[in-house]
Amino acid sequence: MIDARDITKTYPGTPRAVPVLQGLSLAVSGGETVALTGESGSGKSTLLHILGGLEAADTGIVTIAGQDVGALDEAGRAALRRDSIGLVFQQFNLIPSLDVGANLAFQARLNGRYDAGWAGTLAERLGLSDLLSRYPEELSGGQQQRVAIGRALASRPPVLMADEPTGNLDEDSAARVLDLMLSLVRETGTTLLIVTHSAAVAAQMDRRVHLSRGRLSAPSDAVGAAS
Amino acid sequence: MILLTLRALTSYWRRHRGQLLALLAGLTLATALWSAVQAINGQARSDYVRAAQQLGGTEQTFLARADGGAIPMDSFAQLRRAGWRVSPVMEARVVVGNLRLRVTGLDPFTAAPGTLPPAMAQQLASDPASVMTAPGRGFAAPELVAQLPAESLLPPLDPTPGLPPREIVTDISTVAALPDAELVRLSLHPQQPRFQTPLEQIAPDLVLQAGTGRVDATRLTDSFHLNLTAFGLLSFAVGLFIVHAGIGLAFEQRRATVRTLRALGVPLRTVMIALLVELLCLALIAGGAGVLLGYLLAAALLPDVAATLRGLYGAAVGDGLLFRPVWALSGMAMAVLGTGTAAATGLWALARMPLLASARPRAWSRVSERALWMQAAFGLVLLGLGVVAAWALDGLVAGFTLLGGLLLGAALMLPLSLALVLRLGRSQARSVLGAWFWADAQQQLRGLSMALMALMLALATNIGVGTMVSSFRLTFTGWLDQRLAADLYISARSEEQGAAITDWAQASRLRLLPLVSAEQTLSGRPGDIFGVKDDPLYRDSWPLIAAIAEPWDALHDAGAVLINEQLARSAALWPGQEITLAPGWRVPIAGVYSDYGNPKAQAIVALPELESRFSGLPRLRFGLIAPDTESARTQLQDLGLSQGQITDQAGIKAFSLAIFEQTFAVTAALNVLTLAVAGFAIFTSLTTLAALRLPQLAPVWALGKPRAALARLELLRAVLLAGLTYVLALPVGLALAWSLLAVVNVEAFGWRLPMFLFPSQWVWLGLAALLAALLAAALPARRLARRSPADFLRVFANER
Ligand SMILES: Nc1ncnc2c1ncn2[C@@H]1O[C@H](COP(=O)(O)OP(=O)(O)O)[C@@H](O)[C@H]1O
Ligand SMILES: [Mg+2]
Repeated sequence: MIDARDITKTYPGTPRAVPVLQGLSLAVSGGETVALTGESGSGKSTLLHILGGLEAADTGIVTIAGQDVGALDEAGRAALRRDSIGLVFQQFNLIPSLDVGANLAFQARLNGRYDAGWAGTLAERLGLSDLLSRYPEELSGGQQQRVAIGRALASRPPVLMADEPTGNLDEDSAARVLDLMLSLVRETGTTLLIVTHSAAVAAQMDRRVHLSRGRLSAPSDAVGAAS
Repeated sequence: MILLTLRALTSYWRRHRGQLLALLAGLTLATALWSAVQAINGQARSDYVRAAQQLGGTEQTFLARADGGAIPMDSFAQLRRAGWRVSPVMEARVVVGNLRLRVTGLDPFTAAPGTLPPAMAQQLASDPASVMTAPGRGFAAPELVAQLPAESLLPPLDPTPGLPPREIVTDISTVAALPDAELVRLSLHPQQPRFQTPLEQIAPDLVLQAGTGRVDATRLTDSFHLNLTAFGLLSFAVGLFIVHAGIGLAFEQRRATVRTLRALGVPLRTVMIALLVELLCLALIAGGAGVLLGYLLAAALLPDVAATLRGLYGAAVGDGLLFRPVWALSGMAMAVLGTGTAAATGLWALARMPLLASARPRAWSRVSERALWMQAAFGLVLLGLGVVAAWALDGLVAGFTLLGGLLLGAALMLPLSLALVLRLGRSQARSVLGAWFWADAQQQLRGLSMALMALMLALATNIGVGTMVSSFRLTFTGWLDQRLAADLYISARSEEQGAAITDWAQASRLRLLPLVSAEQTLSGRPGDIFGVKDDPLYRDSWPLIAAIAEPWDALHDAGAVLINEQLARSAALWPGQEITLAPGWRVPIAGVYSDYGNPKAQAIVALPELESRFSGLPRLRFGLIAPDTESARTQLQDLGLSQGQITDQAGIKAFSLAIFEQTFAVTAALNVLTLAVAGFAIFTSLTTLAALRLPQLAPVWALGKPRAALARLELLRAVLLAGLTYVLALPVGLALAWSLLAVVNVEAFGWRLPMFLFPSQWVWLGLAALLAALLAAALPARRLARRSPADFLRVFANER
């Protein structure tokens, strides 16, 4: 489902350029859940941005759901994100002027896979049923993040990418949100790539990969394949 | 997808109704100002034509070229085709012996009834061929016919009492056969069709001229229109800045939304199209409302304008404002184009924004001083271009280029100037809070700079136009007092009546000043030479603007001449130089006098001098100095003069002043509105910035500053920025006034007005600016004071 080969990415900078990814490869098959760990600043977000078609790699080939991301133009990448990828990033928050219900349905309406029943189920499972007519600024951080997860899943993407989705939440709600996400992902057979700091979270995934010095490795304690 | 995107983007306005309202109101007001000015100008112009038509198509109303030159036959043909009922008048100059004659040719086919000399009309009725076929027939005063030898060049002449002494009237074909015959004017019929293509579209170089002898009213009203046109231009500029401020901020605030939309898979193009649709809707709504409001505004101001015109022409002019699609369209175009230009930078920035760029609104990124310097440098270049244009180009284009360069340049330099002042304030601050206050003002500058530029333009316009109008009024009333120093002005119907008046004045021991003149081309311009008696009235009060020592002695004893300002400026002739008044008559110039309202060149010599050069000039017009005007008037009427032959100078003055009062009223109303629009811009910007400012305010609040104190600081900052802007606008406004008085007026009318300063006006304006800023800041500040602490805390929760 995700296939990245020999990815390099260097940010121009002063005094010298920062090489972030240095010939990294990653393959995730359909329905697999993978945890991506690594120190702060190691390039996890950068990798996710590249895989999500939000940013271009310097070299290497990225294939998502069978499409060569590098060969797509802006509109093509937009279509790829719309149809195939659910993003739960801290940066891409909710649309502040739309209420929770509209936010939840937004991407599904965009790609034409909106299903009121499924959206209702998601809202209920995520504990958002009573909040549908509220606006994002009236929600707590955890609630907002749950809406973002719901928005991604409501559009039934084959791939879900999450960048520290629970980073801003206290431990309790983090665990609850994560449990929810994981069970929903498993029920729907969605492929999940999740960036996390938490060993406990990582432990619940099928596989864990560790990013350091621009390359991926299997963490010492785990059985996993990193090419 | 477009609809979904549009809904997501426009939902912003649902959550920010106040901002939407302010933006629409600003755009509406700007459009209203623009179209109101257009409407008033257009209506007044067409009213002049109608008023002139009602006056009757005598020689008093005609179309002629502003520069007095020949009219191309084409213009005449086009006017006729467009439905204008005009009749051509050709003229030729003929010299017979020592007499210079004017031969005027009228067209019997198109001339309005009653406008041909009765003798010519009679002859036409009895024997048309004798008039219209060669050699034709001329009509001239009996004295003239007696003086002329049988000349082959001229047609046979019929002695016709009542015609001017040096004029021969004949059929147009007869004149056309003479050398150097020119089409000089088109006389207007009293009745014109209701709908005509406007004059400026067919023959823009023709102007309507009405009335001769007294102060030419059309020229005065022209300056009124010039004033309004300048105002229209300036309000357009103010409007642009306002729309720019409002829309730019709305874009900034939606950067995060745009980024999220794109991350969710909306192509950039779709986002752009949605934004364009939104902008177009906003522009159309506000534009429509603005045109409507402008119409109402113009309709409210117009009755006064119409009243003035009524006084001006003594004829009925409608108060009604006709809806004209042209200015309605120009209003809509202003709204749409203004919105487009204003949004262009925002759209461009959004289109180029990388998907992953920080969505923190740029309004909050620190203004780089480099950018400010660049902007200021660009402003300086514009200013320089304006000055160069004024110097290198000619005509009104030069004047308006100067105005544009000056205003735009100054506006662009404003943010840098403010930034430098704020930096100075910061370096002088003693307390931590003080330092924060200045630093915060510096940060706010970027978000507010557009609105502040609009404020500065509005203030500069206020000062500039106000100074121009006030200076004009002061100069003009003073000039009227000087020029119209005689108490009564009398015109005699015949030389016999003139002689009777002279005898009467002598018997009553009243000072009577004959006004004798001869038409003459002066330095290539159509003009008149006046002969004056040596009288203390002239010596005491004639409005000289430049003169040698004892100019009146030079005039009466040494045969020197005084010329009017128009002639001096256009021919570059000043005291000390010489001018040729007629072949073989070259005299030194003793002085130059102001002569507002007169389109022609003029020279004044001693009366005996004039009468010796031009024999047979009739004494028909007089100025009378009479302590008791009422009894003088009665006695004159006893001599057989009609009411209309005696003009009270007080009446002329009153009517001239009425024009200025009108100009004042309209200018004042527009001034208030422009300022209101600028105030709205500040309000919009502050409201928009309020939400973005929370992260700046939260730490200060957390450190123990109560919300109310923060709100007071917000007010103080708005007032401070407005005050600084006002201080910087003052010199710009004065420069603007100077350009209007010394460049635009000279280019438009040929005279230059002295500039007077009215500091009390500035004080009021300054207070108004501060008040506007205070009002604009009041609502955002009140909201801040009532903001719940939770909002402040959230800032910290979201800080990552
Ligand atoms: N737009 C950018 N320009 C320059 N450097 C960047 C940019 N984005 C990230 N970096 C740098 O790349 C490195 C990896 O960043 P990131 O992928 O955000 O790490 P992580 O998510 O693992 O914390 C960091 O050193 C960061 O400073
Ligand atoms: Mg990261």
